[in-house]
Order: sequence, then C-alpha cells, then structure tokens
Amino acid sequence: MATQTTDATAAPDRGVLVDEIRVAVPGGGLRHDLRAAGIVWRRELIRFRTDRLRAITSLIQPVLFLFVLGTGLGALAGHSLPPGISFKTFIFPGVLAMSVLFTAIFSAASIVWDREFGFLREILVAPVSRASIVVGKCLGGATIATFQGVIFLALAGFADVPYNPVLILTLIGELLLLSFTLTAFGVMMAARIKQFQAFMALTQMLVMPLFFLSGALYPLTGLPAWLSVLTRLDPITYVVWPMRHAVFSHLDIPPEFQQHLSPGITWLGWPVPVALSLGIVAAMGVAMMGIAIAEFQKTE
Amino acid sequence: MVTHTSTNTGGAVAPDGATAAAPRVQDPVISVSGLTKQYGEVQAVRGIEFEVARGETFGFLGPNGAGKTTTIKILCTLANATSGSARVAGHDAMTERDSVRRNIGLVFQDNTLDTYLTAEQNLRFHAELYGVPKAAVAPRMRQVMDMVGLWDRKDSLVSTYSGGMQRRLEIARGLLHAPRVLFLDEPTVGLDPQTRSSIWTYINELKSREDITIFLTTHYMDEAENCDRIAIIDHGKIVAIDTPEALKASVGKDRVQIQTADDPAAIAALAETFGIEAAMHEGAVTFSVAAGEQFVPRLFAEFSVPIRSVSVSRPSLDDVFMSYTGTTIRDAEASGTDAMRQMVQRFRSGRR
Repeated sequence: MATQTTDATAAPDRGVLVDEIRVAVPGGGLRHDLRAAGIVWRRELIRFRTDRLRAITSLIQPVLFLFVLGTGLGALAGHSLPPGISFKTFIFPGVLAMSVLFTAIFSAASIVWDREFGFLREILVAPVSRASIVVGKCLGGATIATFQGVIFLALAGFADVPYNPVLILTLIGELLLLSFTLTAFGVMMAARIKQFQAFMALTQMLVMPLFFLSGALYPLTGLPAWLSVLTRLDPITYVVWPMRHAVFSHLDIPPEFQQHLSPGITWLGWPVPVALSLGIVAAMGVAMMGIAIAEFQKTE
Repeated sequence: MVTHTSTNTGGAVAPDGATAAAPRVQDPVISVSGLTKQYGEVQAVRGIEFEVARGETFGFLGPNGAGKTTTIKILCTLANATSGSARVAGHDAMTERDSVRRNIGLVFQDNTLDTYLTAEQNLRFHAELYGVPKAAVAPRMRQVMDMVGLWDRKDSLVSTYSGGMQRRLEIARGLLHAPRVLFLDEPTVGLDPQTRSSIWTYINELKSREDITIFLTTHYMDEAENCDRIAIIDHGKIVAIDTPEALKASVGKDRVQIQTADDPAAIAALAETFGIEAAMHEGAVTFSVAAGEQFVPRLFAEFSVPIRSVSVSRPSLDDVFMSYTGTTIRDAEASGTDAMRQMVQRFRSGRR
C-alpha cells in the first residue's frame, strides 16, 4: 500500500488518491481516547529527549542543595546525627523530591507555552475527549519528572544511601506519585493562567514554600506550633516523609535516632500510616486533574 | 440572486442589500442560518445566512474585524454562537462537536505546529489524535506530504522550516484525516507574494485531487478570485454572495481615479459638471462611470481643475467590495488599525 502511493502524483484522474488510501476516522470510543492520551504522553517524552539542556539544568539545583548545603550545614548538624550518618544522607530524600518539582511544573507550563504558540489549538479541536488529553499530559509530565528524579537517584551513593533494589523501586514509585500530583497541579493552573510569565511567577511562588514547608531539610519533631501546623498542611510533606521513611528503614542506625530523625506525621498525636499519607497525595493529584479536565471542557 | 441596486461607488450599502438573501444550494455541506455572536458589548456576527455546496470553494471576503474569524470559529466548534444554527458535514456545530471535528480539517492563520518536533512527528501526533486507522497512517502521511512537496524534509525539525513550508505542512496536516471540509483561515497571510501564489497552486491541485469542500477566509481580493463563490462580509453581515464574475458584473462600471492639484475642488467640479459623486479613496479622487475610457477625454476637455494622473480600471472585486460597503478594503483595514492603535493607547494610559 505504501509503495502504491509514491507515484500518486502521476495519477491523472480526479479522486484516485482518495480511493487508494481509505481514511475513515472512527466514531470515537475508549480505544481512540487511549490513542490520544498515548500520543500526548509520547510527545512529552520526545520533547524531553530532545531537550538535554533542560535535563542537565534541572539537575543543578538539587545537586547544589545536596552537596553544598548538605556539606556546609553538615558540620553544624553533625552532633545530632549518629556516627556514620551524614547530614547529606538525612536530606537526600527531601532533595530527591525537589529534583522532580521543577521538571513536573515545567512540563505543565508547556500548556501555557503551547497556547501562546498556537499548538494547543491543534489539540483542542481534535475529536477526542478533553479528559484523554489532560490525562495524557499529566502522565507524560509525571513520567519525565520521574526520569529526572531517577537521574538524581543515581547519586544516592554519594550520600551514603544504599543501592538496595527494594529501596530504589519504592523511591521511584513515590517519585512517580509526587510527579503526577505536581503535574496535575501545574495543568490545573495552566488551564486558567494564560500568560507564560504569570504562570512561571505564580508556580515558583507556590512551589518554593511548599518545598521548604515539607520537612525536606529538617525533621518534623520539635518544631514550634505554627511551623508544625504548616508542615502538616503541605501536601508535599505527605510524600517526603514516606521517602525518608523508606531510606531510613534501609540504614543501619539505632532506633532512638530513627525516631528522632524520621518521625512520622502526626495529626493531634495520631500517627498517619504511610499508605494513608501516599493516598492523600494521590487523591489530591486525581482531584486537581479532575478540575483541569472540567476547565478544559469549557468553550468560548 | 443578488439584489444590488446601488448606483454610485461612494454611496452607502444598497437598502435592500443590507443582508443579502442566501441562495439555497443542492446537497449543502455547510448551512448557516441566523447566526449571531456577541462578545460582551461587541456584536461580531450579526445574523448571517449562507450555504456551501459539496465540492465548492467558498470564500469569505472582508476586512480584518469583519467577523470572518468568528464565523469560522463557530463552524469549527471552537466557539458557541449566541443565536442561530450552523451545520457542517451533516452535524450541528454546537451540539455534535466531535462529529463535526472528525469531518473537518483546519488551517489557522497563525502557526499551530509544534516547532520542536519534526514534520513527521507533527503529522503522527495529528493522526493519533484523530484516530486515523493504524494501517493507513504511514501511507496517508506520505501522500499528503508528497502533495505539498515536503516528503524529503519530513525528518527536519519544523523550526528549520520557512514560513511558506510551515503553512504547506499545516495544509498537509489538515488533510491527513481525509476531512470532508477544509477550513483555511487566511491561509496566506504574512507570506510574501511568491509564496502566496505557490500556496494557491497547492490548494488548486488539492481541489482537483480530493473530494473536498474548501471554506476559506481572506482579505486579499486577488485570492478571492480563486473561489467558486464569495460572500462579502462587512461589520458582521453578509452584504453579497455570488460568483466572482457575477459580482463584478453587478458593478457594471469602471473605476476612475484621478490625482489633482486640488482634490476637494475636483470633487465639487465633478458633481457640478458631470453630476458624478466622487470620494477620496486610497489618496485619490475616485468615482465610477460606465465606459471609463470614453469618459476620460471628456474629463480632460471640460474639467477646470488641473489633473496630474488618471487611471481607469475594469471592475474588480475591490470595486465590488466598495460598491457594497462604501469603502475600499484597504481603507476599511486602515481605519480598523487606527481604532486598534487608539485602543492600545487607551489601554496603556489606563495602566500608567
């Protein structure tokens, strides 16, 4: 069939081309929606692959936090840490969470970009449900942000975090969840904010406080009440703690330090289980994705 | 068909031609009736009515801001009409969006390609999004890219394409899912004249090859001549619909433009001596007379104001536009631009 069409230009009579290749676009349905979500997802991957500079620059900030901040503050924090555990080890899970923050948000930002440069219109006039597009976009952003996280995860050895397969897989799973929720948050914002500058300014303004309040750089115990409340309101807390919990359960340290360095999240004294903690993050991601879908369904 | 009775070019719209009667066609692919669209205070489309036959190339001609893009947006399901109905390829554009979308191809006036992807990746994206059957994707992709002469550049990033190549790729992409109607919103705007004519070569070739109806908007008179039928739209209303030939014939007069030493005096003298109503258009005293070349000798013989230059032209679509709207399309654009400039100025000072 493919070879037939190559000399199609020579075909003299009208309508011949139409007969050669019958393109009957089907009447929708789940399979079509899946294909649409799939191609939106794949586009994210293609864009990520061709944009190596972005992958490298996104790595700079977490590397600075881990090695410069981690080493510098390590001298101060050394006394409260058990022998053999460095401050770098302590902040590694938090900085790992940070490594996906910007990639996830930036992936959502491309919606605003696409709107400014017209490509969004190509997507929005397609005969597919907006839901499949938003789902594809959220999963695409989650995937590339997780890749970004995995690159940083490769540095685990420098922070004395063991390359234990169970630990690595757990962390990747948690990264994927975090990336998904962050992308969904970004996509939800992008549905409303039409200017690229405004989007970047607003998300940066929100993302940095969320990171600092998540307990990524300090333990959740012994905090003043105001900070303690804020950390528990920050959704990122609910994924940073499970990540630290996973790392610390694979370290050989005395239990009293375990309790001190990686205390669980408590709600008025009740310890929140890991599963619930991750469930909260997942539920928020799904809810924000739902809002994004509703927003994109509106017509002028 | 067109009830056009205006007797002078400088005059207003013919009283009964304010909304041209929409001729009915056999087997319409697009049919629009009583369509209006309101954006806040602004009424962009004020009750338009027309039908487009299968296989026809139908042009919407009007200055910027006349309501062309709004109409196309409604037909393409990108905007809801305030009132009225629009059916495209047998489906209602407001309530059966997906069915309409499956049957139409779109080429917008601004770029909607992902310039960070290759041409082929752009087309593949489109094929998947439109659910083109898997077996047909590769051959159809090759076919449409051959048609616009871009097959050998399929692996290049779109950012390396020239403006004309990008527009051709957009046309190819719009055809990929074999739509029944192809919408071209200002398909050649912003391109140099040579590229414009090459785009038209591709469009005409396409018409001869595929069983397709083309709906296009333009504000270039010469491009409108490529259409089977034209609707002239001004201030949100259709003022005339017909073939380019019939529209030109309806004007029936030649256009004369003269440059004089004293334009207001010349206009007064024309009215006094010949009973002709003239007006300033495009910087020249402009009027219409039957048999222009026979009128010019009389003009020189009897006219008191010194004349620097004269031009006589057969009725063109420009004259058609002028006779129906009372202004040339360029003047209409210029005043539109002025209004825009004022608006921007107001906006700026408001923010200061």
